[in-house]
Amino acid sequence: MHFSGLRVIKEALTGHKGWKPLWRDPEPKPAYDFVIVGGGGHGLATAFYLAKTFGQAKVAVLEKGWLGSGNIGRNTTIIRSNYLLPGNEPFYEFSMKLWETLEQETNFNSMVSQRGIINLYHSDAQRDAYRRRGNAMLLAGADAQLLGPEDLRARLPYLNFDNARFPIKGGLLQARAGTARHDGVAWGYARGADMRGVDIIQNCEVTGIRIEGGAVKGVETTRGYIGAGKVGVAVAGSSSRVMQMAGMRLPIESHVLQAFVSEGLKPLIDTVITFGAGHFYISQSDKGGLVFGGDIDGYNSYAQRGNLPVVEDVAEGGMALMPMIGRARLLRSWGGIMDMSMDGSPIIDATPVDGLYLNAGWCYGGFKATPASGYAFAHLLATGRSHETATAYRLDRFARGHLIDEKGAGAQPNLH
Amino acid sequence: MLIPHPLLGLRDAQEFTYLGDAALLDRPSPEGEGAEAAFCDYVFLRGNPAGVHRELWFHEQGDRSWLVVTRNTLTHEILGAELASKVAKALKGAAE
Amino acid sequence: MTRIPGGLIDRSQTLTFSFNGKRYTGHPGDTLASALLANGVHLMGRSFKYHRPRGPVSAGSEDPNALVTLRSGARAEPNTRATVAELYDGLTARSQNHVGPLGFDAMAVNDLLSPVFAAGFYYKTFMWPRAFWEKLYEPMIRRAAGLGALSGEADPDSYDRGYLHCDLLVIGAGAAGLSAALTAARAGAQVVLADEDFRLGGRLLAESDPLDGGPASDWVAEVEAELRALPNVRILTRTTVFGTYDHGIFGAVERVADHLPVPGTSVRQTLWRITAKRSVLAAGATERHIPFASNDRPGIMMAGALRAYANRWATLPVAGPQDRIAVFTNNDDGHRTALDLLAKGANLLGVIDPRADAPRFGDYQLFAGAQVTGTHGRLGLSSIEITRDGRADWLECHALGVSGGWNPNVHLASHHRGRPVWNEELQAFVPGEGGPQGLIPAGACAGRGSTSAALGDGARAAQAALSELGISAALPRLPEAEDRPLRQTAFWHVPGKARAWVDFQNDVTVKDIALAHKENMRPVEHLKRWTTLGMATDQGKTANVTALAVMAELTGKAIPETGTTIFRPPYTGVSLSVLGGGDTGKDFRPTRLTPTHHWAEAQGAAFVEVGPWLRAQYFPRPGETHWRESVDREAKAVRSAVGLCDVTTLGKIDVQGRDAGEFLNRVYSNMMGTLKVGRVRYGLMLREDGHLYDDGTCARMAEDHYVVTTTTGNAGLVYRNMEFARQCLWPELDVQIISTTDAWAQIAVAGPRSRELLSRIVDGFDLSNEAFPFMACASLSVCGGLRARLFRISFSGELAYEVAVPARYGHALMQRLMAQGADLGVTPYGTEALGVLRIEKGHAAGAELNGQTTAAMIGLGMMVSGKKDSIGAVMSRREGLAEDSRRLVGLQPVDPEAKVVPGSHLFADGTAQDMAHDQGWITSACFSPHVGSSIGLGFLEDGAARMGEVILAANPLEGSCAALRVVPPHFVDPEGERLRG
Repeated sequence: MHFSGLRVIKEALTGHKGWKPLWRDPEPKPAYDFVIVGGGGHGLATAFYLAKTFGQAKVAVLEKGWLGSGNIGRNTTIIRSNYLLPGNEPFYEFSMKLWETLEQETNFNSMVSQRGIINLYHSDAQRDAYRRRGNAMLLAGADAQLLGPEDLRARLPYLNFDNARFPIKGGLLQARAGTARHDGVAWGYARGADMRGVDIIQNCEVTGIRIEGGAVKGVETTRGYIGAGKVGVAVAGSSSRVMQMAGMRLPIESHVLQAFVSEGLKPLIDTVITFGAGHFYISQSDKGGLVFGGDIDGYNSYAQRGNLPVVEDVAEGGMALMPMIGRARLLRSWGGIMDMSMDGSPIIDATPVDGLYLNAGWCYGGFKATPASGYAFAHLLATGRSHETATAYRLDRFARGHLIDEKGAGAQPNLH
Repeated sequence: MLIPHPLLGLRDAQEFTYLGDAALLDRPSPEGEGAEAAFCDYVFLRGNPAGVHRELWFHEQGDRSWLVVTRNTLTHEILGAELASKVAKALKGAAE
Repeated sequence: MTRIPGGLIDRSQTLTFSFNGKRYTGHPGDTLASALLANGVHLMGRSFKYHRPRGPVSAGSEDPNALVTLRSGARAEPNTRATVAELYDGLTARSQNHVGPLGFDAMAVNDLLSPVFAAGFYYKTFMWPRAFWEKLYEPMIRRAAGLGALSGEADPDSYDRGYLHCDLLVIGAGAAGLSAALTAARAGAQVVLADEDFRLGGRLLAESDPLDGGPASDWVAEVEAELRALPNVRILTRTTVFGTYDHGIFGAVERVADHLPVPGTSVRQTLWRITAKRSVLAAGATERHIPFASNDRPGIMMAGALRAYANRWATLPVAGPQDRIAVFTNNDDGHRTALDLLAKGANLLGVIDPRADAPRFGDYQLFAGAQVTGTHGRLGLSSIEITRDGRADWLECHALGVSGGWNPNVHLASHHRGRPVWNEELQAFVPGEGGPQGLIPAGACAGRGSTSAALGDGARAAQAALSELGISAALPRLPEAEDRPLRQTAFWHVPGKARAWVDFQNDVTVKDIALAHKENMRPVEHLKRWTTLGMATDQGKTANVTALAVMAELTGKAIPETGTTIFRPPYTGVSLSVLGGGDTGKDFRPTRLTPTHHWAEAQGAAFVEVGPWLRAQYFPRPGETHWRESVDREAKAVRSAVGLCDVTTLGKIDVQGRDAGEFLNRVYSNMMGTLKVGRVRYGLMLREDGHLYDDGTCARMAEDHYVVTTTTGNAGLVYRNMEFARQCLWPELDVQIISTTDAWAQIAVAGPRSRELLSRIVDGFDLSNEAFPFMACASLSVCGGLRARLFRISFSGELAYEVAVPARYGHALMQRLMAQGADLGVTPYGTEALGVLRIEKGHAAGAELNGQTTAAMIGLGMMVSGKKDSIGAVMSRREGLAEDSRRLVGLQPVDPEAKVVPGSHLFADGTAQDMAHDQGWITSACFSPHVGSSIGLGFLEDGAARMGEVILAANPLEGSCAALRVVPPHFVDPEGERLRG
């Protein structure tokens, strides 16, 4: 079924009788050419591109809960390609280009909104670092602008310019960045994959990975054994748990990141803003909620919930930056489990087990990467070679010393 | 969270700074052929269990002890805390 | 006016307030909603999507409809529930989310278009043409969405945070909570009792049932008096416990001054962090409604709310006593409303009860086996349709109380993701296993909601909780109370074709749930996200369970198989101001001041934030109009005479013990154990992954005593890492360390005349080059007996010293040096000149030591000793680090007028300027008064071998590109003769 405004009007006039399920609930088949473990954003996008771009017909996505229940279902919806390092920037810019045509490609309105992102700077040193980054973005074909204090004041008059502990001196703007409706992204990919024959199997937890002679044969699941030519694992937050089934230890720790949304308010923040002197970033959803977050709680956790000190820390950051949000009320908070990697950058690579591939380590930046991650992982699964924008995301980079450490924080995941 | 400091009793986790897996106490020998590989495992790879985890916390806003805290990462329940120096000494004693 | 007799309002005082500009009166004890109802105002807002006219459906914090903007100007508080806003004299409120007057909202056209705006419609359209989303569709949607508006001004009020510790926290002060608190209080336990309402009593205040034969409010008053008299009890009214966190920690907000016109000298709200050994959750229950056709009109509310307004607030939601009121209930509790209304003299139409065998409890008309199947009334209810045995009758009716039963308030018990469990008998979810450690649900929130059951349950819960703490508590005598069984039936909605609202605020109807079902959005999380059910400001308190039941009916599954919904903090909305705890503006973070701060202030210095510190940036002199003039003058003074700079912020760590040298050998990449007593060595510290992370000097004051300095930014990190090395890696070494950053004030005395100046303050100490050469250190006394440390080290490349005295003498030392050096041209200099001097000398600082670089990259690879083990040594030899050819170089513009811009990327002349040809970047730059042009430092591929080459520094961000000559990173005195002189 093709979605369009006309279709919506026609159904409205005929009592919504014609709508069909957005996707099937198929029974698992005995075997597939490709089994994607994880029905989150990256897994669904991988299946979509495997089917659409790489012409693969026998693809299954196995999801232990409901599709889109991973971090795609709980994040702050920011998309951007404002990275510094050559290992990262071309990849995220590729992702941004995919975002720009996502809705037309999936025929589903994921509400990609290029409202821009402004990273604020508060010192000359920070400005210089942003200048280096902005130049790297331009050199990679992305867009960037350096905003001075006057320009910033004109754009964001409500920031605390006059009584700040850390004065706001300017910002790095990426105008093409913005937000997307996170669930809509999962649904668009799921529906698109399903239409192209991908079996999305919900409530199907992988409990084992069958390996014979160093090669993967299939997966054991709560719904029985499923054979597979190739297995791609995309289970951010649970990567260590799943890969342990294949006997692997990963350069990853699981941490909780909290995020927050306020009650609905009339539009007042029309871009994404990040604080450069505290842990706080914010945007406003189309429904009116202020969507904001800050730092991870900082300790290993699989509990999907955080603690009060970080809630306070985030609110302090918000109040320091834009005290006009004080009378808004926090409505909801949630905690997602992040794959925090040892250099803050992800892994899209083959593993020592033949036919077993890994997509992991997205830290808290996985949402914006969804299209490119799916595309690059599909490329790797279909061709056996890394996509040209993802060649740095190798598992052995840690041992070889080719780290992609944007923050320069070293092998301590909670600092990335 | 509250951490049961072995010397000071229950202290708010906000007084502490977290490092990670207590396996970091077991620094490999820099000597020999396999030193670089052993260090790569030590520096980069983690068990990252969903369940009981022994981990290092530094009482930075307190007595500056490093602690080994045993905590369940699924529930955040804390099962115990020891001075890291004691654990490290025992580890070295066992190795000798 | 529909004030009726009785109630818990103080009629001796009249309060004046305004709503949408019109003035009304009420009494202390009123909420905004009760006062408006008493004034005959039932229309208080508009729904989110269809802009339907709405009035309150509840009398509590769960209300989805009666949202107003309270106060005005910078104090405007959008989305405030009128049902809990306490009335005060002069209160002003406005309705929200309408265009034009509340009664004639132009946006109500959405209601006519509602067939188009079905669940999830926006995912299916607005995709063509692509560019229209940001330009047209999205702005249109955004303007239509949202509820109230923020003022755009900073919150003018003050906030605070506080910490409470107790044996028992009791959440909720209704029947269960009061009896729990009483039990624990009499046992001598430390008790905190918190309730969101402004008076204790909870649901007891809303009911007419007697306690021990008297009014319930009398018993509440007795208990309150006893609790308030006890020193071990803290009562927090107007306090919402909003979240359950780990290990017995709760977040709570006390609305200290929200019931006052302005907070005055008080804070507006306080954020409490309550650490409780045990807790009793006595949060009560929330009444659920029954969706039926057009069930959302003002005048239709929960049956329990109707009787709360009658009993507690002495008002009825009708225009006058003649207006008819009906009750639609699927359970016995709804009949209590009918009885109370009768007792209050209301004109009761009757009770409509879908149960064929519905009981009758009094003298009223009973429509057994009947349902409400429609309503009329544009801005308020005027009539209802009652259908019985297939026959429908329209009857005039101005208020309708609806009861679909009660849902236990399981929220705080599920904040740790413990799932509520379905109780078939109650037809409701109750708290399940795996709830927060130490939290015991009691009373209605545990499904035991008769007054008698709740009283007993609370007392037993407190007793059980305290016994776990070794405190024995006796059960108090509890008053005689009603003990009606809670009989709830599985009658979830009235079937029909018209819209029946499930989620009032977000306009989610039974039809939307059916559409979600049809489109396979059946898992409860898909249902919520597809329809926006439960995402409104009441967070699904009034909608989620009903929606689950409707979905269960559609799928043919049982409710618990269909799903549960857990709740996340906060229980109700919490203002961001109070969550921030008042740490705004300059108070966002503590400010650390150097020992000479006030002196520098008196000199008119400009200051700059350096991490947590404020440091003097430069010292303008009269006539200087641009900061560069001051900085150039200061830098020149250091190179030609003598300058003074407070360098206290650098981290200082004392290392003592027999094994101090060996310890430092392992912490620094270079050798420190061989350092002679009285000498200083520059050192590098690596992370274990082989990257460089800090540098500084290490001075050996005695055989077993070193003083380590770190960069300002890494003072805490280096100390933490050294403690890690000491306690966790090498506990066998005999070494002790302590941070002394705050203990010593340290002043750099730099320049050719520094020795001369210092000689005037040292107490007979030989400063000659022979006695105290470059890289010497000593403990000595200055200024006639003041304990001091002296280091001959140089960041500027000049003859220079750093002198340290106990921190409290820093100010005096600076004054003394300034006075003694007047004839030598002594000049204070700030961080800007410090930066110029170090760039001229090629010293690495923060921009070079950014955590991504190596010792080899700053040209000091030979300082990573291969002869010993040290942190990071092994990993620094990995190929990715060892083969990195980027090196720190100096950069000088070919055109002396050109500027070196930090953050520019470096390219070989003639290559394409793209990522593939990127060869490095500029880390630092300044105008060098010594060189007479702009200069810089940067990392360049193969940099060491490219001296003299002209490269291009591209800064496309600002449209500049400069030709720069690669030079060694030492612009002054490359041989180091000055600093050794």
